[in-house]
Amino acid sequence: MTSDVRPAVTMPSMTEPENLQTPVLSLTGVSASVGGRRIWSDVSLSVRPGEFVAVLGPNGVGKSTLLKVLLGLLPVNGGSVVVLGDRAGRKNARIGYLPQRRAFDASTRIRGVDVVRLGLDGDRWGLPLPGWLRGTKERVARERVDAVIELVGASAYAQRPIGQCSGGEQQRLLIAQALVRRPDVLLLDEPLDSLDVTNQASVSALVQRVCRTENVAVLLVAHDVNPILPYLDQVIYLAHGGALMGPPEQVITADTLTELYGTPIDVLRDRTGRLVVVGQPDAAAAHRSH
Amino acid sequence: MRTGLSSNWIDDLQQVLSFHFMLNALRAGSAVAVVAGALGYFVVLRRQSFAAHTLALIGFPGAAGATLVGWNPLVGFFGFCIGGALMIGALPVSGQTGSSSDGESSAVIGTVQAFALACGFLFVSLYKGFLSGLNSLLFGTITGITDEQVLSLFVAGAVCVIVLAAMARPLLFTSIDPAAAAAMGVPVRLISVGFLLLVGLAAAGTSQVTGSLLVFALLIAPAAAATKLTARPFVGVLLSIGIALGVTWAGECIAFFSPYPIGFWVTTLAFTVFLLANLYRGLADRYGAHNPHHRNRTHV
Repeated sequence: MTSDVRPAVTMPSMTEPENLQTPVLSLTGVSASVGGRRIWSDVSLSVRPGEFVAVLGPNGVGKSTLLKVLLGLLPVNGGSVVVLGDRAGRKNARIGYLPQRRAFDASTRIRGVDVVRLGLDGDRWGLPLPGWLRGTKERVARERVDAVIELVGASAYAQRPIGQCSGGEQQRLLIAQALVRRPDVLLLDEPLDSLDVTNQASVSALVQRVCRTENVAVLLVAHDVNPILPYLDQVIYLAHGGALMGPPEQVITADTLTELYGTPIDVLRDRTGRLVVVGQPDAAAAHRSH
Repeated sequence: MRTGLSSNWIDDLQQVLSFHFMLNALRAGSAVAVVAGALGYFVVLRRQSFAAHTLALIGFPGAAGATLVGWNPLVGFFGFCIGGALMIGALPVSGQTGSSSDGESSAVIGTVQAFALACGFLFVSLYKGFLSGLNSLLFGTITGITDEQVLSLFVAGAVCVIVLAAMARPLLFTSIDPAAAAAMGVPVRLISVGFLLLVGLAAAGTSQVTGSLLVFALLIAPAAAATKLTARPFVGVLLSIGIALGVTWAGECIAFFSPYPIGFWVTTLAFTVFLLANLYRGLADRYGAHNPHHRNRTHV
């Protein structure tokens, strides 16, 4: 690793009191393999409540794998994973997860509101009684679904079949699905992939707003750091089989990124003082990672 | 046996119901339509029409083989369809978006389907004098449904409906969003295999009425029409069941008064409903509130 950034657990906890809160997610010396191939090893990092964290890195470096490890969907080879004070997989009801996906096919004729509702009780067994038989419970459920759709600004199209919604609209509805149970942690796997620049910006802003107003810790996997850069609290870079975590101004430097990617990368400041990463290989080649 | 139409439809209906074989046909048809309509909704949603079709065809060699060795064809129908469901369920799962259009697994399913048909043909050839039986195995019959078949269809139908109702929400979730469902602890694989088993049961049952080749008339067409008419899952399932019941009853009654086979009528009616539903969807998308270009309209 580079000298100017230390591994995440030893990052100084700084000035703000919220940084002293117990982490919602923490990995200590964890290694992960997929299909017998070691993806990364000895990764240590921690995320505190309400933090907006980006997971960045080249293709195939194991960004999605990290989310699956946190969900307990993938066994780890060593080290310890603590999620919301428990083993990974135990507290998934308090995690909202947006898997990496392509868009819904145009012929998918299920309303957006139904897709959001699945996040609330889609895992329940038993006959789904019609609403008028369930009374208050149903009203509460509907109000929650409506509220979360309002929160992501999807009210105008939530009644339409989701296949007919645009990519940005679908992504907002899926974020609503992930949020409907009031999770403490949101894991978003490339939610900005396949969105145009305007939608990338507005969905990024939405995620940050949710992160602040609902006090949800967000881990967002991304190819291109630029749309989310203004909003981030922490950055996790995965590369060379390891991970590096820190605040953006420390991790996102030309030297660090150049070494991580093994290709020349510049970090510039625009007129408003915002960081812009130039020459990042993945921004152009939008391939899928693991 | 065939009688003419009178001008009074109540008389005609009484005439239909006065025959025990017609009562049996309507009972069997109703049981089959409810199950096929409900399951079909999810088959269409999961894009598993090809797997469902194969399960239906696998019933044919089962029934023909059972007849050849002197067993009840029902045993062959249900045995082969359930076995086929387990086999397809054992194939590797395709991508995560719910579109199970995995090239390799559909190639395997297609190969199995061709082999099954060939075996069925062999069994029929070995069993001399079974030609009329071949016809009803493939294209259905209105006259030949026994009390025993009706009972077996009711039992199989009840099992299907109860299991489907119990797993309705997780099934919908895994059909739309398998990865998110898995993260919420839904046993995606179990549901997928369980669903195929139900489809196998339903295909075996539907074959009794429409024959192996025309199972699609009840398993796919009503559901495909229903999804064109509504985007609400619960309403869609009910609508699909309603359409399946409607075309079955109407098809059986028309077949009673006409010289043409039941499979033809049920299929033709289902096809007509499907065409009308598509026409409606096309017009509604063009002029109605469903139009995606009318961004400010929100109704469905």
